Amino acid sequence: MPWGEWMSSGTRFINLLADRLPPLRWLLRLLPSGRGIVILVPYLWLVAFFLIPFIIVAKISLSESVTAQPPYTEIVRRVAGGQVSFAAPEKPGNAADTTGAVPAATTQTSSAQGSVDAPDQSAEIKGGPPEDVSGGFYVKFNWDNYDYLFSDALYFKAAKNAVFTAFISTVICLLIGVPMAYGIARSSTAWRGTLLMLIILPFWTSFLIRVYAWIGILKNNGIINNILIWLGVINDPLPMMNTNFAVFIGIVYSYLPFMILPLYSTLEKMDLSLLEAAQDLGCRPWKAFLQITVPLALPGVIAGSMLVFIPAVGEYVIPELLGGPDSLMIGRVLSNEFFSNRDWPVASAVAIAILVLLVIPIVVFQYFQNRQQEATT
Amino acid sequence: MDRADVVEGNDRMADARPKTTHQEPWRDPNARPYIEIQNVSKKFGDFVAVNDVSLNVYRGELFSLLGGSGCGKTTLLRMLAGFEEPTSGRILVDGIDMAGIPPYLRPTNMMFQSYALFPHMSVEQNVAFGLKQDGVAKAQVAKRVADMLDLVQLRAFAKRKPHQLSGGQRQRVALARSLIKQPKLLLLDEPLGALDKKLREATQFELMNIQHKLGITFMVVTHDQEEAMTLSSRIGVMNAGKIVQTGTPQEIYEFPNSKFVSDFVGSVNMFEGVVIEDEPEYVRIQSDEAGSRLYIGHGISCPPGARVWVAVRPEKIQITRDKPVEDDNRLFGTVLEIAYMGDLSVYLVRLDTGKSVKVTLPNQVRSAEQRLLWDDQVYLTWHQTAAVVLQS
Repeated sequence: MPWGEWMSSGTRFINLLADRLPPLRWLLRLLPSGRGIVILVPYLWLVAFFLIPFIIVAKISLSESVTAQPPYTEIVRRVAGGQVSFAAPEKPGNAADTTGAVPAATTQTSSAQGSVDAPDQSAEIKGGPPEDVSGGFYVKFNWDNYDYLFSDALYFKAAKNAVFTAFISTVICLLIGVPMAYGIARSSTAWRGTLLMLIILPFWTSFLIRVYAWIGILKNNGIINNILIWLGVINDPLPMMNTNFAVFIGIVYSYLPFMILPLYSTLEKMDLSLLEAAQDLGCRPWKAFLQITVPLALPGVIAGSMLVFIPAVGEYVIPELLGGPDSLMIGRVLSNEFFSNRDWPVASAVAIAILVLLVIPIVVFQYFQNRQQEATT
Repeated sequence: MDRADVVEGNDRMADARPKTTHQEPWRDPNARPYIEIQNVSKKFGDFVAVNDVSLNVYRGELFSLLGGSGCGKTTLLRMLAGFEEPTSGRILVDGIDMAGIPPYLRPTNMMFQSYALFPHMSVEQNVAFGLKQDGVAKAQVAKRVADMLDLVQLRAFAKRKPHQLSGGQRQRVALARSLIKQPKLLLLDEPLGALDKKLREATQFELMNIQHKLGITFMVVTHDQEEAMTLSSRIGVMNAGKIVQTGTPQEIYEFPNSKFVSDFVGSVNMFEGVVIEDEPEYVRIQSDEAGSRLYIGHGISCPPGARVWVAVRPEKIQITRDKPVEDDNRLFGTVLEIAYMGDLSVYLVRLDTGKSVKVTLPNQVRSAEQRLLWDDQVYLTWHQTAAVVLQS
């Protein structure tokens, strides 16, 4: 109470002062408010760890691959005085679409890595390439890398495969996760903590080690095959390692907790008297489950599915360690482009393509999250 | 449960209504009870929640189960709804034994304390839910839902979701939803508990009005004695799993049968004493607590020397500065506290024996001339018919 009064009287004093001194008012406007500072923190985080890396990757994806260090050309390049450089189109047919040289009449050099904002777009359109300038730089967007993604069926196939694998894994996670989450949410309070702990417990071990453990279980002389042979069920080991089956096992195993936890939280907070009310009004228990529990658990289903689907699409480690040559997933292609081919621009283009591919489910996720928030408030 | 049965039931209800509302069927030995609870007990492990309760409720009644928390009233209600099965005893609704019948097949509906409205459905869908489960034709559902929403004055809110409604509106949606199937018995668990005082008073009368209009038998569970008094045709006071007294609100208030009931319903002054004269027309009780002989204008037929309690309601006590002529029922003390409540004033009088007595007086005049003050020496008296003698 006194603090609030002190605060408000302080603000009043500053406002009074600002009324008398117009320049101070302008200064005050530049200062962020307390609320603004709080909001600023997550935005700074997003800028530092999402936007800037994204811009760097986007920039690389628009450059050309060269044998150099780093292995790509700069989009913004300084040009020797007086001479205007145009990018040499690689495919003469669609040169106008894919490449464009953007000269700008600036003498300052700013070709440091990562800065693409220096050239003025409007100046470029109005002025066109100046004939005679004493110095400057030009910008070249190389759309070939994206073109290449569409021209080579490999990328489309890998993307399709990744989405398919992620989708099937999400469905399997859902089928396993719903009964598990339901069971935990309806268990006695004494057991609930223990059961939840068991779901979270694997996270205490490194993800990589857990995937390696699956190699020990699935390989030809691994646990499953050894037991089956010992039991006399089979004579020759079942080939499970390096198959799509192993990839599914790995993804479902790794991401199942991300399905169970949001499902659990929606099921757990559900008011059980709703089911009693439904039964009281003549609804049989299984119909009450379909008409009441399922719709109310939907936000949890959506959240869990997104938490499984989105990282599974870009999954690299699991198909690399457990998958075979035919378990082609976009994350693996991306890694190959980077490290085997050393084609950073194409790898960056793949990264951007994955991002665009994932934006759609993220937007759907956001939509449902908003709707859930609306329903609970 | 059969549709035809429901229609027939409604017709019978219409015939029976004038009788049941004007007469008191529980006084008629030939009247057939509508809800019969016979020696019902419910145990949870070692805990006996409901202990050998027997109760008859008649058609068109508004019966209240009144008791503190943990007295077993909600358990009894849940057994009627079918959410709990009695450990022993029988429950009959309209002559049909409810044993083993699941909640979704019972001719009862319940209004939950939390209302339990389906948050993902609109008001309309919530109210229609019960009818849809029975496969009622769409046009019929729409008509009955509209009628019901008119009855609870929520027509304009039909498309809203529960979270867009106020507490009072939610309460009415819950009521409409539980009434739409015209149950033989409507169970209400603390129906007004979540509303604020003003709204609660208004809703009490609305609830009674709706009950009269539809003629449905209501069974209300409440811990609020004022609510039970206003609403009910009869009240069953519960304590520790048992019904300790059943009667009309007036019977419960004016003729409590135990210290528990007289204390739980309303407030009361209790004087412990010993019977010194027990004649058919009167009793005299010597009470050291009261510091006086207490005279009651009726016999109680108990052995002389028996320990009894005399209960006097605060509003039945007169308070004067002048000494009354009568020696009996005359207490002397000092005004200790005065609470002005607007409509009445509460005086706390400390007797010379050390006991405090609560007296309420209506504030009939606005001026403060005759008003008692702190530390005034006062006499307390009451009429010989005002007090009740309790033996337990």
